[in-house]
Amino acid sequence: MSNAAQNSGLHPAIRLVENIGRKTVAAIEELGYVASMLAESFYWLIFGRRQQQPVRLRNVIAEAMRIGVHAIPIISIICLAIGVMMAIQGIQTLKTFGAESKVIVGLAIAITREFAPLIVSIMVAGRSGSAITARIGTMLESQEIDALRVIGINPVRYITAPLLLAMMISIPALTILGDFMGLLGGGLYSIIELKITLPIYFERCAAALSWTDISQGLIKSLVFAAIIVLVSVSNGFQVRGGAEGVGRATTRSVVMSLTFIVIADMIFTYFLNFA
Amino acid sequence: MPAASNSEYAIEVRNLDAHYGERQILNDINLHVHHGEIMVIMGGSGSGKSTLLRHLLGLNTPTRGSIKLLGQDLAHNSEQAMFELRRKMGVAFQGGALFGSMTVEENVVLPLCEHTELDENTMRIMGRMKLEVVNLAEFGDLMPSELSGGMIKRAALARAIIMDPRLLFFDEPSAGLDPVAAVELDELILRLRQAMNITIVVVTHELESAFKIADRITVLDQGMILMTDSVEAVRNSDNPRIQSLLNRLPRDDAIDADEYMERLTGI
Ligand SMILES: Nc1ncnc2c1ncn2[C@@H]1O[C@H](COP(=O)(O)OP(=O)(O)OP(=O)(O)O)[C@@H](O)[C@H]1O
Ligand SMILES: [Mg+2]
Repeated sequence: MSNAAQNSGLHPAIRLVENIGRKTVAAIEELGYVASMLAESFYWLIFGRRQQQPVRLRNVIAEAMRIGVHAIPIISIICLAIGVMMAIQGIQTLKTFGAESKVIVGLAIAITREFAPLIVSIMVAGRSGSAITARIGTMLESQEIDALRVIGINPVRYITAPLLLAMMISIPALTILGDFMGLLGGGLYSIIELKITLPIYFERCAAALSWTDISQGLIKSLVFAAIIVLVSVSNGFQVRGGAEGVGRATTRSVVMSLTFIVIADMIFTYFLNFA
Repeated sequence: MPAASNSEYAIEVRNLDAHYGERQILNDINLHVHHGEIMVIMGGSGSGKSTLLRHLLGLNTPTRGSIKLLGQDLAHNSEQAMFELRRKMGVAFQGGALFGSMTVEENVVLPLCEHTELDENTMRIMGRMKLEVVNLAEFGDLMPSELSGGMIKRAALARAIIMDPRLLFFDEPSAGLDPVAAVELDELILRLRQAMNITIVVVTHELESAFKIADRITVLDQGMILMTDSVEAVRNSDNPRIQSLLNRLPRDDAIDADEYMERLTGI
């Protein structure tokens, strides 16, 4: 408040520069916080047992159920639908060149490299990322995090590390599911248009795909998993101001996750293809 | 290794200053609590009681001064030593702070799960025993959201004593309880001390409860300690602020009319 009062006398340009400076410092601070949280999570996952403060398998499984298993139906439906849409568009476009049979190559590569990991991560960020932020924010407001700390339970070990592990298992697994469902969706339309059978369609998919296509998607999905956990957890731990604060943090968390996922996707796609 | 049990005091606070941002909340706090003593921290709303408690628990870092629990300085303790120290502390928070995703019994045995290698059955039995102590034996399978306010406080107390701690901290045990439940909780605290000789720090602004359970009382006012003494001495103190707190009088600070107007209008 006192800062705003001091600022109001300044030239607008100076104020702008000052604000940019302030935001930059805050962003760097947050980046540092997130980086140290990532390091600490891995520390607990690797050395926790030796310190007699293990990351509990039970917590990891519970999170993996919530993040992964419960998302199977929705991921299946969406990836199937996207596969169908891509096949429709692809065949319509390629028809003009009389090359509609080449659609399978495009489908297979686009789905495995790009769409499955991206769609899965977006869905998980919306479903679980927001829930994670809300849960941690609520725990913070009700002093549950304080209670953890006074019991001697490190919150990063107890909350962040299991989430990270569960997410890094769930998202690649869901991506494999998404790959399959997407290809299946594409196939359902293609077999009608191209007058082939489903086994033949999958055979052609397999011929079009190389290991790098699938692994590229999986590597990306691991990065997206880390992004979702770090963004949603750090937003949760920064909740201030009761229920309203929790709501605000949840929104911020989802928007940030999606933004970082798409940007990371772009950067990764560039480097994985050209570097 | 610091010899924990040989220290003279269970809790030792020296020259503690604390801030939230720019605002100073605690001012030069000095406090000593003997082993096995029940110390009540009393004071009006906003006087800094909960803040002092957070510092005692090592949740906040002071701007100045030192805090020793069982002879160990919180600021200079290693992570591992803090971890060991926390096994000997129990805390019941103002709002209970039970974990909403676990049943009452799971809440109570969580410290055992984390600090001991006991098998599940033993832990369950110990959990039941502590729930029995706080009269919640039948409610172990409920979720915290299904408990009443008083039951939450008692469940939080059960969790706080599950490790048989040497230090017990209790924020506002009787606030928001009906008189009978409040008295029961006070009795419970006294019984605990008798049975286990725990050092207990209770934060409260309920006078009756404070007088009943305290060995000594610390009166906090606007972040400063007005006095720390026996119940009798506090009762008989002629400090006007303490008297106004005891007799529930409005603060009779000489109010400057102009200043008051200024505060209201913000001009
Ligand atoms: N998280 C916080 N951030 C900023 N200021 C705070 C915070 N918590 C407490 N304060 C301020 O510190 C002062 C002391 O608060 P504290 O909670 O310690 O009071 P209290 O004595 O426990 O009061 P009560 O009896 O109402 O619980 C208050 O003026 C409050 O505004
Ligand atoms: Mg308080």
